[in-house]
Amino acid sequence: MKHAHSRGGEQPCQDCLVGFGADKIREDFPILWTKVHGKPLVYLDNAATTQKPQVVLDALTRYYTEENSNVHRGVHFLSQVATQAYESGRTRVRQFLNAAHDREIIFTRGTTEGINLVAQSYGRKHLRAGDEVIISAMEHHSNIVPWQMVCEEKGAHLKVIPINDAGELLLDEYQRLLSDRTRLVSVVQVSNALGTVNPVSDIIGLAHSRGIPVMVDGAQAIPHMPVDVRALDCDFYAFSGHKLFGPTGIGVLYGKAELLEAMPPYQGGGDMISAVSFEKTVYNTLPYKFEAGTPNIAGTIGLAAAIEYLEKVGMHQIAAYEAELLAYGTELLTAIPGLHLIGTAKEKAGVLSFVLDGIHAHDIGTILDLDGVAVRAGHHCAMPVMKRFGVPATARASLAFYNTRADLDALAKAIHKAIEVFA
Amino acid sequence: MSDLRELYQQVILDHYKKPRNFQKLEGANRHAEGHNPLCGDQITVYLHMDGEVIREISFQGAGCAISQSAASLMTTALKGKTKAEAKELFARFHDMVTGEGNGADPMELGKLAVFCGVSEFPVRVKCASLPWHTMRAALEGQDDAVSTE
Repeated sequence: MKHAHSRGGEQPCQDCLVGFGADKIREDFPILWTKVHGKPLVYLDNAATTQKPQVVLDALTRYYTEENSNVHRGVHFLSQVATQAYESGRTRVRQFLNAAHDREIIFTRGTTEGINLVAQSYGRKHLRAGDEVIISAMEHHSNIVPWQMVCEEKGAHLKVIPINDAGELLLDEYQRLLSDRTRLVSVVQVSNALGTVNPVSDIIGLAHSRGIPVMVDGAQAIPHMPVDVRALDCDFYAFSGHKLFGPTGIGVLYGKAELLEAMPPYQGGGDMISAVSFEKTVYNTLPYKFEAGTPNIAGTIGLAAAIEYLEKVGMHQIAAYEAELLAYGTELLTAIPGLHLIGTAKEKAGVLSFVLDGIHAHDIGTILDLDGVAVRAGHHCAMPVMKRFGVPATARASLAFYNTRADLDALAKAIHKAIEVFA
Repeated sequence: MSDLRELYQQVILDHYKKPRNFQKLEGANRHAEGHNPLCGDQITVYLHMDGEVIREISFQGAGCAISQSAASLMTTALKGKTKAEAKELFARFHDMVTGEGNGADPMELGKLAVFCGVSEFPVRVKCASLPWHTMRAALEGQDDAVSTE
C-alpha cells in the first residue's frame, strides 16, 4: 500500500485514492463478515467504537500466549520481554503523534481518564477561586464533567465557547472569553455529535499568546487524520485506543514534559514510586509517575499493532478517502425528503448526524438495525449539543476507512424504509 | 418488513401520530414524571382519582413511537379502572413486553396486545414500559421523577 506520493506525502495523490482499496482493507477486519438479522453487517457506529483488524487480535493472542508477564519488575526472561513490548508500544505512540520524548506519553484507560488526570493533577494545582477554564459548546460529557468537578472544588468558573447553527465554534467569542483569569483551555478537535473539525491550531495560538495552556480532546480526530502534537503545539492531547482500531481500556495522554514534570501524581500505588517509606515517598520519573499499578500491557501492545497497521495504510490516505466518502454520504442523505443533517460545518470528519421529520431517532435506530445497519441513536454523550440544536436525540452514522459507498447506499435505503413505515 | 410491521403495527403508528388524551388534565389530583435518559423520552401522567377509581387520565410528553403510543393506549385502557385493576394490567403488560410470565393470552390485554412485538426488541422494552411505570408512580403518589435507569 506504500508508494511514492506526488507531493511528499502531505497531500494524497490520485493514485493513493484509486489504489486505496477499501474492499481489500475490509478483509483485514473479520467482524465485518458478520450477519445481523440475516443481513450483512453495515457498521456505521465508528464514533462509538471501531472494529479491530486481525493483526491487533493476533498481537493480543501472541502476548497472552507467549509473552505474558508483569512489566518493570522481574529480572526473569518473560518480564523483560513484556517490558520491552510495553515500552516499544510507547515509542510507537510517540512517533505516531510526533511527540519529542517517550516520557511525554502516559498510558491511560482512555480519553476520559486522560482528561480527568489533567483536571485533577494540573487543574487542582493551578486553579484558585475566581479562575476560569474554557471549553466549548460541542464537548462530549467527558470534557465537561471533569472540569465542572475541579471548578466546583476550587470555586473556579467554566466558560463555554458558543457555536453557530452549522456547528462551528465562534472564534470571536472565544477571544472575548480569554482573560487574565483563564488558567486552561480544553477543546475537542473533532466533535463526536456533529463531526465538526475545530481549528485547534488557531485556538492554541490565541491561548498561547496569553500564556494559557491548551488541552485537546482527540478521541474523534485521531482515527480520521494525521495528528502532530508538536506542529499543533498543544500542551495536552488525549485519545482512546478503541476508537483507533485498538483494544478497549487503553488510551494515551500526551503532555509536554515540562508541564508533566511539575504536576503532582494522579493516583498512588506501585510503579509510580521510586522509594517508599512510612515517612516519605519519592515519586518515580515520567512517565511512570502517572502510571500507578500494573498497566494495561496487552492493551498497549494491541494499540501499537493498530498504529503499525494504520501507518501502513497511511493516515493521509485515510483522511482523503473518508473525505470523499463523507461528501458522497452527505449528498445521499440531504436528498432524502424530511431529513435534516445536524452539524453542517465546512470542515467535517466522519460523522453524519441527522433527524427525520416525524420519526424519533430511537425508531430510526431500530428500523436500520433490522437491515443490519448499525448507527447510534441518542444524545451521543453530548446533551448540551442536543439542547443547542433543539432536538432530544439524533441518529448518527459515523465512518471509518473500511466503510464504502455501498455501506452508505444501504444506510439511505434503510432510511427510506423507515419513512415508508411511518408514512 | 415482517419484523418491522410486527413492532410498528398500524395501531401503534396511529396513536403515535394522533395521541389520545394528550393534554394537561384540569382537576388532576395526582401526577408523576418519567424519563428515559438513554434516549431522552419523557412523559408526564396526570390522574384524577375518585377514591380508588381512575376517573380521568391524560399524559404529555415527547419521545419515540413506542413510548408515546404506549402512553396513549394506556390512557384509553385505564379510564374507569380501579387502582388494583390498573396495577394488575401493568403486571400483565410488563410480562408481555418482556416475554416473561406464564404465557398468558395477550388477547386478554385487548388493544394493548399490539405491543407484543416489543419482546423481540429488548432495548425497546423500556420505551413501552416507561408510561406504565410513570402511571404507577402517580398512583402511589410518588413525588420523585421516575427514571428507567
